[in-house]
Amino acid sequence: MTAQKLSIVKAINASLRTALENDPKVLVMGEDVGKLGGVFRVTDGLQKDFGEDRVIDTPLAESGIVGTAIGLALRGYRPVVEIQFDGFVFPAYDQIVTQLAKMHARALGKIKLPVVIRIPYGGAIGAVEHHSESPETLFAHVAGLKVVSPSNASDAYWMLQQAIQSDDPVIYFEPKRRYHDKSELDTEAIPAPLHAARVARPGTDLTLAAYGPMVKTCLEAAAAAEEEGKSLEVLDLRSMSPVDFDAIQASVERTRRLVVVHEAPVFLGTGAEIAARITERCFYHLEAPVLRVGGYHAPYPPSRLEDEYLPGLDRVLDAVDRALAY
Amino acid sequence: MTVDSTAARKPRRGGSKRAGAKTAAAAGAPELVQLLTPEGERVEHPDYSIDLTAEELRGLYRDMVLTRRFDAEATTLQRQGELGLWASLLGQEAAQIGSGRATRPDDYVFPTYREHGVAWCRGVDPTNLLGMFRGVNNGGWDPNENNFHLYTIVIGSQALHATGYAMGITKDGADSAVIAYFGDGASSQGDVAEAFTFAAVYNAPVVFFCQNNQWAISEPTEKQTRVPLYQRAQGYGFPGVRVDGNDVLACLAVTKAALDRARTGQGPMLIEAFTYRMGAHTTSDDPTRYRRDEERELWEAKDPIARLRAYLEREGHADEAFFAALETESDELAKHVRDRVRTMPDPDDMAIFDNIYADGHALVDEERAQFAAYQASFAEESH
Repeated sequence: MTAQKLSIVKAINASLRTALENDPKVLVMGEDVGKLGGVFRVTDGLQKDFGEDRVIDTPLAESGIVGTAIGLALRGYRPVVEIQFDGFVFPAYDQIVTQLAKMHARALGKIKLPVVIRIPYGGAIGAVEHHSESPETLFAHVAGLKVVSPSNASDAYWMLQQAIQSDDPVIYFEPKRRYHDKSELDTEAIPAPLHAARVARPGTDLTLAAYGPMVKTCLEAAAAAEEEGKSLEVLDLRSMSPVDFDAIQASVERTRRLVVVHEAPVFLGTGAEIAARITERCFYHLEAPVLRVGGYHAPYPPSRLEDEYLPGLDRVLDAVDRALAY
Repeated sequence: MTVDSTAARKPRRGGSKRAGAKTAAAAGAPELVQLLTPEGERVEHPDYSIDLTAEELRGLYRDMVLTRRFDAEATTLQRQGELGLWASLLGQEAAQIGSGRATRPDDYVFPTYREHGVAWCRGVDPTNLLGMFRGVNNGGWDPNENNFHLYTIVIGSQALHATGYAMGITKDGADSAVIAYFGDGASSQGDVAEAFTFAAVYNAPVVFFCQNNQWAISEPTEKQTRVPLYQRAQGYGFPGVRVDGNDVLACLAVTKAALDRARTGQGPMLIEAFTYRMGAHTTSDDPTRYRRDEERELWEAKDPIARLRAYLEREGHADEAFFAALETESDELAKHVRDRVRTMPDPDDMAIFDNIYADGHALVDEERAQFAAYQASFAEESH
């Protein structure tokens, strides 16, 4: 397999397959990941080809999944666990935050915790409660964890490869509403570093910084803005911990305006951190305050209201207009 | 059915201290595996037999005495301000030495934060255990050096790590086993229940060793369970057994059997070591607020060290010279620990940023550099 167009689901599946083939220590674990292939079919066919010992259907217990993955990692395995939905990660939050994140430091660096936690996240799929959340900030805030989110097939494949090869725990957020979007994947390419941001579309008037599902929304906004004669740069951050502030700074020094877009609530979100840091770094370059577009300080609403809650094209363009009006 | 934890706490009407261990079975309470009575008499059990040489028996006695002395010294060091906190194991020496000596070097131990005796059995330098309590680190040792994992403070979390590790042993085709320690309070935690589920489902070679010391800080066992804890195992599909946790021989025999069972593919087992925490939960605790002196007195009569000493003396397995030499060794250990703790260096300031990530992290690098520059600014000012 070299260059081809693939959906994000298929790219993640291919990535897991490659990892299972390349390293006998890699395990895939989670609820329904075996015969069913996961509720989103991300792990489709893996158990059939790699067996129940490598692709492990677990009891329905998230803390148990992460806690046993920690034990397996201590024994030398590299577990890649699936949390079925974003809102289901909280029973495992204790294991992730109090155990997984800190154990390497507690052991003075003598042990490694190469655990990847895959979480399908975000809204816009018409789901019920607890199936559409964006809890990335809660993990990015915790030292010891790395937090990433791909926005296309190529990153989905390569960032997962890099996450699995990392000796650190990585929370890998999958933009579930983009699962079936197809894009180019070259499995023989040389990937960018896991935490490097990427210019998804160059522009000169303003930078839109986003990650995961919002990258596509921002690209659509940039295309719409172009028709009005505005040139927007779209930066795909790819990583929320660490954040590639150098790349954002470089972009803002060119465009002098920044709007950060994410589905998660704006309050104390990734955008807040970026706004603060970029204001410090680029105070004399900025022509406007850094603006943020995201979710509200409200529980994720019932799905009939999610279009109002989620940042869409119009809300992004509204923020762009406000920034350009300064 | 009588809940034995209550029975043990309240002296039965007409029952004497001497009758202590035998009353449990007589009253129809859960049977307790016992090989050495509180009076130091050797008794047999149909399922768990053990045959030890005089030297091995003296070894167990030495382990318990030195562990108790180390623990007492740590408590003293806390009182003198050398440690911020200490969790004493006083009274639980038999449970820890018996089970700890049952492990093989290739087995893996997942302790809670009170397993100083088990650490001793694994060859962990006792002073390593004090770093966390002194505040110079948050763990402080390489778990793979003695196959003894870091102390875990969040109750019951380690039961899952143990189970996962045991699942890995099965995958490796190895015949090692894992032992997970936790207390009666932890039995209420979801993680322990999930560990039981995973261990049963994957037939993992893990022994769950619950030291029921009767109290979870101020909460008695009745606040954790309505059935004897060892009976929990049945609901998960593996055996559970209650052992006299103050009987080092019984703890050794039962744990050996459970570990052998695990190594030969027969899956997990739960051991409830029925014992007693003689001291406070930690040095921050005041047990006089929640329990009666009589209770402690009742348990003092079952002291694990006194009963083995009585047996050694009765059988002529140890002479005065042995006890005297051990007393000296004990003093030396205490002095060594005291000296080492008092001279334990504070960590370097930059340790705040050490080992957070194995592969590095830009934010940590940035903040480390900022912190270093800030610290350096004081040096410059003083010039």
